[in-house]
Amino acid sequence: MLIDTVAGIGRSTLRLLAEIGRATLFFLRALAAMFSPPFYFREFGHALLTIGYFSLPVVGMTAVFTGAALAIQVYAGGSRFQAESVVPSIVAIGMTRELGPVLGGLMVAARVTSSIAAEIGTMKVTEQLDALVTLSTNPMRYLTAPRVLAATITMPVLVGLGDIIGIFGGYLVGTERLGFNRAAYLKNTVDFLETWDVTSGMIKGAVFGCLIALVGCYYGMHSNRGAQGVGRATKTAVVMASVFILASNYILTELFFTG
Amino acid sequence: MIELRGIHKAFGANKVLRGVDLTVPKGKSMVIIGGSGTGKSVTLKCVLGLVKPDAGEILVNGQDVTKADRDAFLASFGMLFQGGALFDSLSVWQNVAFRLLRGSQKRPKDEARAIAIEKLRRVGLKSSVADLFPAELSGGMQKRVGLARAIAADPDIIFFDEPTTGLDPIMAGVINELIREIVVEMGATAMTITHDMSSVRAIADDVAMLHDGVIKWSGPVSRLDNSGDPYLDQFIHGRAEGPIEAVR
Ligand SMILES: Nc1ncnc2c1ncn2[C@@H]1O[C@H](COP(=O)(O)OP(=O)(O)OP(=O)(O)O)[C@@H](O)[C@H]1O
Ligand SMILES: [Mg+2]
Repeated sequence: MLIDTVAGIGRSTLRLLAEIGRATLFFLRALAAMFSPPFYFREFGHALLTIGYFSLPVVGMTAVFTGAALAIQVYAGGSRFQAESVVPSIVAIGMTRELGPVLGGLMVAARVTSSIAAEIGTMKVTEQLDALVTLSTNPMRYLTAPRVLAATITMPVLVGLGDIIGIFGGYLVGTERLGFNRAAYLKNTVDFLETWDVTSGMIKGAVFGCLIALVGCYYGMHSNRGAQGVGRATKTAVVMASVFILASNYILTELFFTG
Repeated sequence: MIELRGIHKAFGANKVLRGVDLTVPKGKSMVIIGGSGTGKSVTLKCVLGLVKPDAGEILVNGQDVTKADRDAFLASFGMLFQGGALFDSLSVWQNVAFRLLRGSQKRPKDEARAIAIEKLRRVGLKSSVADLFPAELSGGMQKRVGLARAIAADPDIIFFDEPTTGLDPIMAGVINELIREIVVEMGATAMTITHDMSSVRAIADDVAMLHDGVIKWSGPVSRLDNSGDPYLDQFIHGRAEGPIEAVR
């Protein structure tokens, strides 16, 4: 009984370690593929479009409603200390440092990780990945590298745009519902916001973007056979990407804002 | 020349290949027959390096495939997958010309397209299908596009996994002739898997029968009918009774 339990723990530990090893190897191979020829520019352009451009509406929607809700909460919280005037700066800092990259990242993960995992998973189970290899094309270079590169480049841009839209959402609620003066709100935002607030969020965005595409590709390429295999790969990819985003966000925040 | 020596491959407890020995001379057409699920497709994938054998050695032109430069090695290969394996994000002509549009065999786009359309014609497809997507084609048409893609770059070694399955008898005849032509005129080495005995007779120089994880019989196609091998006889005549069990 005890032996069984211990053996079970041992087995899952070994499986976990093997998985971590495989994933790390995958990451290194993706890096190598990203920085050495041949490069597939068409695939890269296509990935920029589908990952970056078409994610704009999702990121924009997320940002505007988050900024608006944040303004109301900060106002309510601030009024307990007669400090309602902090709304513009807290909204700006909250959006740029945390909510913009994290919520944007999670939304893009839902959209992009799932579609990458499902697409590559289907290619795997229909032998399209094998066909690529026989046509002297490395799937890591042809499929993974362009997607990871595109996601890493476009996520910071999306985060930057999300920041602006989110601050605008806070501004709308602040001026229309909470009675802030328009000029004063804007001045307050600009005066208190530091460059590092924005760049730190964008760096987070780049890391999340890399994770989003990488995780999607990894689970797609390791998908099991059949429709069920692809379904499971897609689900796992989205869950893992989200967990990785939240965990790496904590680590990056520790690195950036403590000590 | 392709040589397989003592190839073993198991998937978990399922021992699929248990010592396959097979030699395909250069410029010859080898047809592999055998029951469904006996590992014919796996054998081809082993040669291509898509499946890693557990044991054994595969030599192509005397060179160990696991040690060769893979991209250069695969550049001389063409493969028709059993399921077609067309890229559904690319149009038909871009599928056929895939190799001609990138990598070491890259050429101008209109030249690649012209070659693709010519190859499509050879597998009996009109140029009007060139701009369709694979999902818009019938199963048999997809198969033929896969075939056109396999021969697009005039490979030296070609593998066909069930090239005529799902085709009407006339089209099957066209494809059989095409495969024969590729071997005779272009001097390519071919390995074909098929269940269609008329295909076997039309395509093969040599035939090998895979059963129970080994090559049970192999020899020239002329000896197919008087081999004296009970397994082969049962197989080519499609009898339910014989040494091969019907439930596998
Ligand atoms: N990737 C894989 N993972 C696990 N098992 C596999 C895999 N590929 C093939 N097999 C198993 O290997 C065996 C042989 O498969 P293979 O596709 O080579 O059969 P086949 O001889 O081509 O049959 P058919 O004529 O029906 O195409 C089957 O039992 C199959 O379940
Ligand atoms: Mg098969």
